[in-house]
Amino acid sequence: MPGATTPDASSFDAIVVGAGPAGSAAALALARAGRSVVMVERGPFPGSKNVYGGVVYGRVLDAIVPRWWEEVPVERWVVRRSTMVMTEAQSLSIDYRSEAWGAAPFNGMTTVRSHFDSWLATKATAAGATLLTATVATGLVRDGGGRVVGVRTDRDGAELRAPVVIACDGVNSFLAKEAGLAPAPDASHHTLGVKEVLALPADVIDERFGVRGDQGVDIEMLGCTRGIPGGGFLYTNADTISVGVVVSLPHLAESKVRPEELVADLKDHPAIAPYLRGSSLREYAAHLIPEGGYDTMPTLVADGMLVAGDAAAMTLAAGIWLEGVNFAIGSGHAAGVAVDRALAVGDTSARGLASYRSALEAQFVLADHKRLRRAPALVLSERVQRRYPGLLCDLVEGMFTVTNPTPKRGGLRITRDAATTHGVKLRQLASDTLRAMRIFG
Amino acid sequence: MSETDPSPTAAGADDGRRWRGPSFEDRMATVDFRVGDRAHITVDADVCRSCTTRACVTACPANLFAPTADGGILFNYEECFECGTCYMVCDHEGAITWTYPDGGCGVVFHHG
Repeated sequence: MPGATTPDASSFDAIVVGAGPAGSAAALALARAGRSVVMVERGPFPGSKNVYGGVVYGRVLDAIVPRWWEEVPVERWVVRRSTMVMTEAQSLSIDYRSEAWGAAPFNGMTTVRSHFDSWLATKATAAGATLLTATVATGLVRDGGGRVVGVRTDRDGAELRAPVVIACDGVNSFLAKEAGLAPAPDASHHTLGVKEVLALPADVIDERFGVRGDQGVDIEMLGCTRGIPGGGFLYTNADTISVGVVVSLPHLAESKVRPEELVADLKDHPAIAPYLRGSSLREYAAHLIPEGGYDTMPTLVADGMLVAGDAAAMTLAAGIWLEGVNFAIGSGHAAGVAVDRALAVGDTSARGLASYRSALEAQFVLADHKRLRRAPALVLSERVQRRYPGLLCDLVEGMFTVTNPTPKRGGLRITRDAATTHGVKLRQLASDTLRAMRIFG
Repeated sequence: MSETDPSPTAAGADDGRRWRGPSFEDRMATVDFRVGDRAHITVDADVCRSCTTRACVTACPANLFAPTADGGILFNYEECFECGTCYMVCDHEGAITWTYPDGGCGVVFHHG
């Protein structure tokens, strides 16, 4: 009976698969509502299978953990955000710095997933959720009518039963596929992130990046991936630096370039290498990212099941905005709230769970995705990836290279020359600018 | 631990560039793998023999796919990131069978 109290150890009000940010936020919402909920995590601890850039934008936690910034396992608070477009020998940065971002309630934080995900999972268990680690949910259990009523696990094949399963099982979500909610995997909607975490003393990081104390820096890069659609990133942690690339999966495969070579390129770049000098590799990592956005999301609910976080392709990869953990938390929390409501009225069918989607549409999770649904295609387009970085660098080089005794060229002439060099017509430049304004404006 | 300090004289540069960072073995040695008994990914070498793209060989970030002399593919599951790149880039149905390792096994990221 939906909403009933736990009759035995293997039956719950809800099962959450995956104790990443989406799963823990879902379990936390349910446990606080007094529901019996179990999180099934395949890794030995939450965060052990997770990799991100990365930065967590924490304001989504305001409603979940009051004054979260006083206890979250932060590495550094991002007070400098730099967007860099580059060629092999040039780089152009837009560098923004804000003191406000270094004080509560903050903006972005760098953190390590093994710490952050474990912290959020602890919030859920403290509220009464059960956490099963080192356990794989190997498949769905359905009743005669096809509705989801639980999961099978690899713990001696034991089954867990509940009126609702929340699939927060990540980018490869086997459960969403098994339920028929997600289409067949499509490489073109995915990118591969490859990351190196490099050890460097905290005071050296402070000096090189012009920060102090717990202040940190976020650098996003375009034009550093040998023309393979994607980009690069660099984030400062307390005494490590995360540096890596994110590249379109089909284009990477087609290029025959090995992913670690792209990271090596980036680390060698004249604008990046001086930051990393003398560092040593602490961990190499790779993970897929669902970057297709709004139009590639699965169906979010079925009878007895919901999908949240990366499993629902909720990472926002919209060029200047790269966010994921906040979307996972936002969607997971909304899923937990929707399940509690559905249990209260005794209807956990797809219809009973439909408030999940409307809640996401009313807040940033689907509102941002819907508004930016055309962004991934523009960001990964040929001109943005292969032509504009060089064009912009040449434009700035043209402006600031003093060519005495030749007189200065005018701005329009420099632009036209740079466009010609990179095979871009001014008409295309204008149309892409308009397209970007429509998407981001 | 490998120094990443660029050194033009260091060996290993195969393309005339500067030093390219740690060797792949040193790179993988930084990752914590708790290897399970069961291979969570299997490759059907018969299907692979008919493949001309071999996308898995270069795209796999852990470099686990190796072409064999007879045109097949050799695969080692032990140092797998469990990312999913191989099955997503593979365009031959049934060539790569992909599941998660048993609970608690496989890669453990400490700085993910």
